[in-house]
Amino acid sequence: MKSSALSAARLVLVRDLKLAFRKRGQLVQPLAFFAIVTTLFPLAISPELARLREIAAGVLWVAALLASLLALEFLFRDDAHDGTLEQYALSGQSLTWLVFAKTAAHWLLTGVPLAVMAPLAGLALGVPYAALTGIMAPIALGTLALSLIGAIGAALTLGIRRSGVLLTLLTLPLAMPVLIFGAQATDLAVRGASYAAPLYLLAAMVVLGVTLAPLATAAAVRISLE
Amino acid sequence: MSRRSIKAEQLHLWRGVNHVLCGIDLCVSPGEMLVVTGANGSGKTSLLRTLCGLVHPEEGRILWGEQNVRQDLPQFHSELVYLGHEPPLKGDLSARENLRYWVGMRRTFTTSELDAALIRVGAGGWSEQPARTLSAGQKRRVAIAGVVLFAAPLWLLDEPATNLDVDGQRLVSNLIEEHVTAGGLVIAALHHELNLKSVATQRLELSSR
Amino acid sequence: MSWTWFHRLASPPCAYALASRLTPWFAWPAGVLIAGGLYGGLVLAPPDYQQGDDFRIIYVHAPSAWMSLMVYTTMAVSAAVGLIWRMKVAHAVAASCAAIGASFTVAALVTGSLWGRKMWGTYWEWDPRLTSELILLFLYLGYMGLRAAIDEVQRADRASALLAVVGIVNVPIIHYSVTWWNSLHQAPSVMKLGRPEIPAAMLVPLLMMLAGFTLLFAALLLVRMRAEILNRERTANWIREALIG
Repeated sequence: MKSSALSAARLVLVRDLKLAFRKRGQLVQPLAFFAIVTTLFPLAISPELARLREIAAGVLWVAALLASLLALEFLFRDDAHDGTLEQYALSGQSLTWLVFAKTAAHWLLTGVPLAVMAPLAGLALGVPYAALTGIMAPIALGTLALSLIGAIGAALTLGIRRSGVLLTLLTLPLAMPVLIFGAQATDLAVRGASYAAPLYLLAAMVVLGVTLAPLATAAAVRISLE
Repeated sequence: MSRRSIKAEQLHLWRGVNHVLCGIDLCVSPGEMLVVTGANGSGKTSLLRTLCGLVHPEEGRILWGEQNVRQDLPQFHSELVYLGHEPPLKGDLSARENLRYWVGMRRTFTTSELDAALIRVGAGGWSEQPARTLSAGQKRRVAIAGVVLFAAPLWLLDEPATNLDVDGQRLVSNLIEEHVTAGGLVIAALHHELNLKSVATQRLELSSR
Repeated sequence: MSWTWFHRLASPPCAYALASRLTPWFAWPAGVLIAGGLYGGLVLAPPDYQQGDDFRIIYVHAPSAWMSLMVYTTMAVSAAVGLIWRMKVAHAVAASCAAIGASFTVAALVTGSLWGRKMWGTYWEWDPRLTSELILLFLYLGYMGLRAAIDEVQRADRASALLAVVGIVNVPIIHYSVTWWNSLHQAPSVMKLGRPEIPAAMLVPLLMMLAGFTLLFAALLLVRMRAEILNRERTANWIREALIG
């Protein structure tokens, strides 16, 4: 009996999660990168918490962005290498759904842990306790938007050697609104103000991303497989 | 089994400035097999991938039944299985898990079907190990088990017997024979000859430009 | 309606011949308009009551900025045509646009930066219009980088075409950024619905420069397109006759 698109997508999601947990060491890499980058700023700028609090939102967001981009390179790479991606395109199922499942797995493995870790880093940068949800929620949404947008670039640069910098260059123009509004939300939270407005905008971007990005990513995958 | 034939009309494909496929015509009906031969670089893989619909030819068209495959590509895909050079297996998953995820995207099947396929290719004893511990020949056997499990009428195989010992090559021949005799279609790119006695075989020789 | 003219255009030999014939028709008027616009703007137009002679950089800055958007739109539209109808010539057009558009963007950023130094006291401000114009430059660079990184022509065409189409969302953002957000940058006074707000003596040279830049883009595009087509079709038979004849 033919599988439905949804069950095929679920299989892709489960497989990616299972594979990630069998190589647990690699899961830590984006988080380690995030921790290192956030540590660099106090070392480079100033250990004074008052000064760090001023730039905390920006530091956290840039570190989260870079860590996500680091992990994006590997979104399709292994699948393209061993022929699995080809099989996705030939499965007879909607490639858009399958690609969305992969992106969701990527977010669950990278974005969510980052969103959990970011408040801790924020505390180290002098952020008040009250602002911690203002760090976690925007970064959770922002990394989801990043995974969706970045998947397009990841699919376009398949098979290109050392594509890391090119991937960043391709993703950045579309990811900038996410960075701007996300950092704004976190910054408002750090200052104790209401961050509802930029958070809603971020949520709107996620919705737009969820509906449009997988289509573009599926098209990009097909182009790369040609 | 499907009653449909696959037909290709005047396929032209360029890769950069190389004219890889120059006006290829072919027609394979149910119960027939097409063997594609040619030197390295003559376009065998490109032809198979174009027939799959992965690659879009500059000119020409492909018909499945009497319908242009471009009109309903997912439908066409759901009736074929393509096996490329590399077996599409994940190193960290076992053979069993690999097949569950790979074939499971197309169709649901029971554990007994899965077991039967694995035993048929001689993978009964090592189907629980991670695939990265398997030899190239063993991986190829698992991939072939997958092809059988897909239960699709059209098989597109790129060098299906690579890395296989004599037993393995005989296995591939037998499976292809069974499939064709049951009314399936097989298009295979081959370097070495497979011993296919009772199968209606067409030949297509590709020459490199 | 007969679409044969469109299909004829899609064939590389015809596109090449057409591009060769049309180039002087764009190049000469472009030269005249730009020369006239520069004379009108730099010499004839009266000095601005606020900025004196500094405002004259607008005659290069505004057309450059406008062209950076227009070239991107042309690139994205021809990329879309190439993707949908699989036309090689459309991809050649898109490829030819990129460097021209990037140059206009750099010109806009540089002239804007010099002007900003005079007007706002700073070479750079992270306000929405400048930031989004910088993002446009990154889009161009990303497009060119992606093309360069992929060896096979067909895949490079299609991948960069998809990128160009996805990036088109940036164009309305740039144009409307000054109205949507509070910005240092001046709000549109010419490119908006309704009557332009600046006096005729300043407006006419500006429009001449705009038209001149557009024709210049067309001429440059045709020249680059010919080279692009020659490169892509270098093993084809018609090349020999086209180059000798």
